[in-house]
Amino acid sequence: MPEMPTGETPAARDPEAASPTSGPAGGPAARASATPADPGATGAPAPRPVLTKKERMQIQRQLMPEQLAEIRAGNFGEVNLGLTEQLAILEAERCLVCPKPYCIDGCPVRVNIPKFIGHLMEGDVRSAAISLLDDNALPCVTGRVCPQETQCEAVCLRGKTGKPVGIGYLERYVADWAMEHRDLLPAGRPAASGRTVAIVGSGPAGLTAAGELAKRGHAVTVFEAFHAAGGVLLYGIPEFRLPKDIVQAEVDRLVAAGVAIAPDSIIGKTYTLPELREQFDAVFVAVGAGLPIFMNIPGENLKGVYSANEYLTRVNLMGAWNPESDTPILKGKRVAVVGGGNVAMDAVRTARRLGADEAAIVYRRSRAELPARAEEVHHAEQEEIHFEFLTVPVRIVGDDQGWVAGLECVRTELGEPDASGRRRPIKIDGSEFVIPADIVIVALGTRNNPLLTSTSPDLRLNEWGYIQVDDNLQTSMPGVFSGGDIVRGAATVILAMGDGKRAAASIDAYLRGELPPSTVTSPRATEAGESTEASAGAPRPAVEPAAKVAPAAPTAV
Amino acid sequence: MHPIVEKTQLSPNVTRLVVTASRIAEIRRPGQFVIVRLGPGAERIPLTIADADPAAGTISLVIQAIGKSTEDLVALEVGGVIQDVAGPLGKPTELLESGHAVCVGGGVGTAVVYPIAQALHDRGVRVTSIIGGRSREWVIFEEELRRAGDVIVCTDDGSYGRHGFVTEALKDVCEAGGIDEVFAVGPVPMMRACSELTRPYGIRTTVSLNAIMVDGTGMCGGCRVSIDGRNQYACVDGPEFDGHQVDFKLLADRLTTYREFEQDALRRRHEELLRLAEARQLAEAH
Repeated sequence: MPEMPTGETPAARDPEAASPTSGPAGGPAARASATPADPGATGAPAPRPVLTKKERMQIQRQLMPEQLAEIRAGNFGEVNLGLTEQLAILEAERCLVCPKPYCIDGCPVRVNIPKFIGHLMEGDVRSAAISLLDDNALPCVTGRVCPQETQCEAVCLRGKTGKPVGIGYLERYVADWAMEHRDLLPAGRPAASGRTVAIVGSGPAGLTAAGELAKRGHAVTVFEAFHAAGGVLLYGIPEFRLPKDIVQAEVDRLVAAGVAIAPDSIIGKTYTLPELREQFDAVFVAVGAGLPIFMNIPGENLKGVYSANEYLTRVNLMGAWNPESDTPILKGKRVAVVGGGNVAMDAVRTARRLGADEAAIVYRRSRAELPARAEEVHHAEQEEIHFEFLTVPVRIVGDDQGWVAGLECVRTELGEPDASGRRRPIKIDGSEFVIPADIVIVALGTRNNPLLTSTSPDLRLNEWGYIQVDDNLQTSMPGVFSGGDIVRGAATVILAMGDGKRAAASIDAYLRGELPPSTVTSPRATEAGESTEASAGAPRPAVEPAAKVAPAAPTAV
Repeated sequence: MHPIVEKTQLSPNVTRLVVTASRIAEIRRPGQFVIVRLGPGAERIPLTIADADPAAGTISLVIQAIGKSTEDLVALEVGGVIQDVAGPLGKPTELLESGHAVCVGGGVGTAVVYPIAQALHDRGVRVTSIIGGRSREWVIFEEELRRAGDVIVCTDDGSYGRHGFVTEALKDVCEAGGIDEVFAVGPVPMMRACSELTRPYGIRTTVSLNAIMVDGTGMCGGCRVSIDGRNQYACVDGPEFDGHQVDFKLLADRLTTYREFEQDALRRRHEELLRLAEARQLAEAH
């Protein structure tokens, strides 16, 4: 490719290259065709001219090719198709390779972003892949589902005067290349440490910890309650946002690195946590926050009311989107989804793809407060999802056969900020109205699942039932660590991964006898009247207090 | 992977599969269940653990073939394999310490009360079992239950044992007095009738609810049932509840959620079997 002295790059000028591509076969095949076919295929560096800072500044941010909205709303193929090699290198060249890169600090797993982008702009995809995989156990996942706009890209210097570098796009490009060229990447296993670690839960926190610990030579077994590994990546995030073959490939890569997966193993039932602790040198608990929150309004037991957990699990994990699957799902013509987070967006866009003529988000605050990732909201709007802002449900209306017929709501206005810092919605009297609906999906978050914790009497929990940890993610049980949603309350994939990475470092130090004892005391020690000094004087919790995810009554508006 | 080591036809549509699942066999307790998934594309379905042999590392699953997924399961032969068996799930039965318990089983529910009757008997509780079926060939677990105490068999057509429903026999037993607890497991109308019957006598009555489930760990909320006006999850808070507090109407109604889908899946399965049979005949004819 010739040098780019002006900001008007061929790609930026060429509508074919930068505008959404489309096609009815927008599934895995389309994704594969969007990956490089030629020089990058060997990963060998191709000599490239070095651009000046001024030249870099003139390159415009590349657009992500995507399936056209009117086509993708009728299929489960991935929406984003991935950058081509040409687009990826152009985008990489926008990076100024800052000497003090803020982007690394913006990343919960501290990916060395300028390093992998630096290799990419030289055309050396292989080195970029090695660098990225060294920092991030699940880059194909994070490149697709991270809220980059509030993390790495939010602090990118280029964002000060224009659009930040498309770090997420580039991560996805390099990660997908690595997945398709595993034979070109180093595969050696480290010497065995002779230590064993059990990981409870195969979601983003558990898989990340598994990868990091395997890298250090520890024998890792991941226990999963479902029949397949991946956790929320599998049951929660839909195919059109994160294809399940990608999740499987990430799991396969960990298995190839020596990680053992034990499916159908419910810790708290099949084995208890104390039993696991006896059999392994250390345990990492990353079970997520499992129980769905309902609204506690009349009509919630009508047929056609789903928790988002159930709806998405049926469609994603059990494959109900595919007519060949034995697992049924109700397909509504009018679907109302209550909530404004990523899970709500996933549910409403899934309903659209399952044939809903009208699919609506019902959210009690305004567009500005939507907690969902910006790209998801944008995609939902493109797919003609209807938004009812400043609206809160008060009752689900049923027909005489016990099926959902509508969602009765009232309008709200925003008052003073509440504990979460967001303006509190206040009901407007007399504003009742009914949204006709045959399916209602409740996506208001989750709370702690007591299955594991209730069988672990030595595990200290906080007032919401989440596990208490210290700065090193140690729990009150020696050798037992915890992270992800069961510590934080419902958060994001990347925060869980950050915990997984930190926990792995702590566990490694613990196994080498180099970690100070946990500052969290056993609840039984306190009951017995022993000193509570350690917990009283404990340093600030290692993670943000889970205030925003406290299971406050969701009906209290 | 869980191989089938034994298969027995118990009644025209009830089959017992003895399946290898050593950890579950070792720790399961009466009242608990497993979630079974036959293989890729199959549903996850909850099945009560009817019996276990810790030494052999096996559990018994008693399956009523009423839909596509259950027909697929009972079509397995010895040596066949169930891919996933997860558990034991649910709370174990709260067992009496002493006294007299009545265990009422309707249809396939008889297999669910059997481990309860067995455990009660083992701890010295007097057990009277009342079991029923349409006719003699539909009565199951009679022999096993006789090892745990007295058994009253009822048939709708009078072809075996007492003529009539289990509720009529239960009424007589309640009238006789001295009953400390009733366990009733079977179709929803039967459990409702038993609970209504014991209410005036003030006899504690426990039922086991077969709500629709996906994960079995409390994650999906699909199995929510109304107990004393409050929602609970059958998978983690149950499956056993106080029958006097259960909203049976709601349970029965929610169980019909996927009826159309189930009928369609069953029809497609039968058409497929027919096609296969015709193809085989054709091949043999040539």
